[in-house]
Amino acid sequence: MALQAIEESGPVDLVDVSEVPDEGLIVPLAMMGAPTVLVEKVPNGEEFPRVFEALKNYLGKPVFATMPIEAGGVNSMIPLASAAKLRIPVIDADGMGRAFPELQMVTFHLAGASATPMVMTDEKGNLVLFSTISNHWTEALARSATVVMGGSAMIAIYPLTGRQVKDAAIGGIVTLAQRIGEAIRRSRIESRDPLAAVLEVTGGLRLFKGKIVDVSRKTAGGFVRGEALFEGIDDYRGKTLRLQFQNENLIAVSNGRVLASVPDLITVLDAETAKPVTTETLKYGYRAIVIGIPCNARWRTPKGIETVGPRYFGYDIDYVPIEERVSREWAKGGEPA
Amino acid sequence: MTYRLGIDVGGTNTDAVLLDEEDQVISKAKSPTTDDVTSGILDVLAKVLADKAIDRSMIKHAMLGTTHCTNAIVERKRLSRVAVIRIGYPATVAVKPLTGWPEDLKQATGNEIFVIGGGHEFDGRRIGELDREALRRIARRVRGRVDAVAVTAVFSPVNPEDELEAARILKEELGDTPISLSHEIGSIGLLERENATVLNAAVVGVAKATATAFSEALRREGIDARAYFGQNDGTLMSVDYAVRYPILTIACGPTNSIRGAAFLSNQRDALVVDVGGTTTDVGVLVNRFPRESSVAVEIGGVRTNFRMPDLVSIGLGGGSIVRQRNGQVTIGPDSVGHRIQHEAIVFGGTTLTATDVAVAAGHVGIGDRRRVSGLDPGLVRQTQGAMVRMVEDAIDRMKTSPEPVPAVLVGGGSILLPDRLQGVLEVLRPAHYEVANAIGAAIAQVSGQIERVFSLDAISREEAVRQAADMAREEAVRAGADPAAVEVVEVDDVPLAYLPGNATRIRVKAAGDLAR
Repeated sequence: MALQAIEESGPVDLVDVSEVPDEGLIVPLAMMGAPTVLVEKVPNGEEFPRVFEALKNYLGKPVFATMPIEAGGVNSMIPLASAAKLRIPVIDADGMGRAFPELQMVTFHLAGASATPMVMTDEKGNLVLFSTISNHWTEALARSATVVMGGSAMIAIYPLTGRQVKDAAIGGIVTLAQRIGEAIRRSRIESRDPLAAVLEVTGGLRLFKGKIVDVSRKTAGGFVRGEALFEGIDDYRGKTLRLQFQNENLIAVSNGRVLASVPDLITVLDAETAKPVTTETLKYGYRAIVIGIPCNARWRTPKGIETVGPRYFGYDIDYVPIEERVSREWAKGGEPA
Repeated sequence: MTYRLGIDVGGTNTDAVLLDEEDQVISKAKSPTTDDVTSGILDVLAKVLADKAIDRSMIKHAMLGTTHCTNAIVERKRLSRVAVIRIGYPATVAVKPLTGWPEDLKQATGNEIFVIGGGHEFDGRRIGELDREALRRIARRVRGRVDAVAVTAVFSPVNPEDELEAARILKEELGDTPISLSHEIGSIGLLERENATVLNAAVVGVAKATATAFSEALRREGIDARAYFGQNDGTLMSVDYAVRYPILTIACGPTNSIRGAAFLSNQRDALVVDVGGTTTDVGVLVNRFPRESSVAVEIGGVRTNFRMPDLVSIGLGGGSIVRQRNGQVTIGPDSVGHRIQHEAIVFGGTTLTATDVAVAAGHVGIGDRRRVSGLDPGLVRQTQGAMVRMVEDAIDRMKTSPEPVPAVLVGGGSILLPDRLQGVLEVLRPAHYEVANAIGAAIAQVSGQIERVFSLDAISREEAVRQAADMAREEAVRAGADPAAVEVVEVDDVPLAYLPGNATRIRVKAAGDLAR
């Protein structure tokens, strides 16, 4: 979609956070719902102009730029596709430094910004404008509207000033994604270990290498919750890893020991190519490497942990930064010190 | 003693083997692949059976891995004209059917596209009512102008109702015109599933003709065997099934070579280098099966969501034409193909081929070596070096760590390659390497697949998977698998949210060796 939009409308300008005028209006655009729905129920095409126009008219202000709300999957591409179509720049920043499932799980929320006024639309032409008393209410109301609209909807959310973006956004995320891709490509060309390249660029730690022996999924409240069980191979033979996910990977437990938990990133990579494996594609028999990446420091504050820590997702464990949970020996495959 | 016949159609040669029940090779043969493919199959069949005093009535199974369907798509020839019907408006029109298709393929399949109302949401609710009137209008419009119909409804893998209803209406209007339904072809992912469904519809005619010709050829040779087509996951399907889902035969050739290489070399994990007459394919053997490509696969320039073997293909084969320009040597990508028997210098021809160079270098003792004794030694060295580098580069692209791994060399052209290759731990050249693809076809397993929606309120997920696995095993046994050898090779479950009773779609695939 992004490629087609750029082909039709020309290239998109990527703007550094420092270049954003303090008073400029920034409107992140995103898809809400399940990506598996989006690839099946392809949009009609008029959704973005529609949400954008509606929000612009409501606020009575021109929009300076858009930006991704999260650095993951389709929502890293949607701002590019719509920016091409709307002919506005994209800011090299997001509100998560990773991906999260709910609307209040953004650094803007930690900084006190409101998700509303927010506009949502579907391919059939239904449009909803939300004005709420808290970001949790926005999430709850928007989530049910998404489900009613058929599991995927387009949204314009968290209208911000340039000043707010400078204070609260996680800068450089689009270029970081580009650097990770570049590292994997280059390691392939130079026949070096792609995993080492990924760990180097992201500052990540290896958690496990194994074969998936079981995957179970259950959809509840608009999210897919599930669990994948890995049986260790190579250095991790004889161990198991239980990975719990809710759209994103949340907790990795090996033989009763928590190795990593949200908000730190847990990423599953193809054992051979080091390319990412999403929760939807986890499959019996897949050989994969699980890595953990330290999250942005804003998430490690008390309000950050309250918003996206393990307890918020229903796991009765304390958040401990991954660097403290995983010893260097474990990351090499040996027993924890 | 019973026998199995394996035939594999390659780009240059069509190969055949006859195996006994201990998997011993009784007979093998090669014959040039012909433009129509079928006559090449007839030739090799006659050859592999010639001079063999075996009881033909004891040939119980005949497996064919063929490129008929791939060729038809790649060459844009003999394709059926397809009415492409998508059900899901107003959703989906941001990307219309056949978007991104090469113009010539669009024209070859008729470029008749329609998007109509209907389809489902992920949870089984309707996007809108199925537009039955539009279907009848489309049927009347395309009658006589198309040979097949492809129907793709939004979320049909969750609820196939609209595709089935559309098929019923179209059958009333169009009679026996073959109809391909997307929920039977692919999984979630509308555009890729739709593309695969349209390609499937476009090759139904080719598949029917192929199946008829194969059965006819077997009968003429006095063989009353059960016939199978190879599919690209290394398992077999019955002829009836292949005629309905011909798209599954695409890329079965490389799969057969890799499976044959695994069998002949007794390796579980290795690289497989298959050198034919025109191209070299490098694939990866993981646990005796080809590594699957994780990216969306293009067929004839079209994106699909098929499972396909992960391959690197380069233009180097026994018949590759060697040229020298301004002191620089080029090899291929054009090849004399099966005409090598007349055109290569060592066989009395005048075209310098990769095989001539290998003979001149003393690696290979075929043809008349004296005819290449006058070749410039510098040219020979340079060409040899270039060939080895091409293969080593391809090997390196398929490897994922710098550690050396064993490589199994198969295919008639593999004699071109030396016993040492960079990045390779050990070069293995198993017996019968030149017909590894036909052996791969002959030893292929049969599979059975089941896809059912279970209510997990009534039974546990484990119990549902167990029931589905039993059904898949039964399917495989019905298709001819040995009950004692059937294993579950794939389990996949997708919860269907917001349906009463915690509905989950479970798909299980089981595969096993043919019962002897």
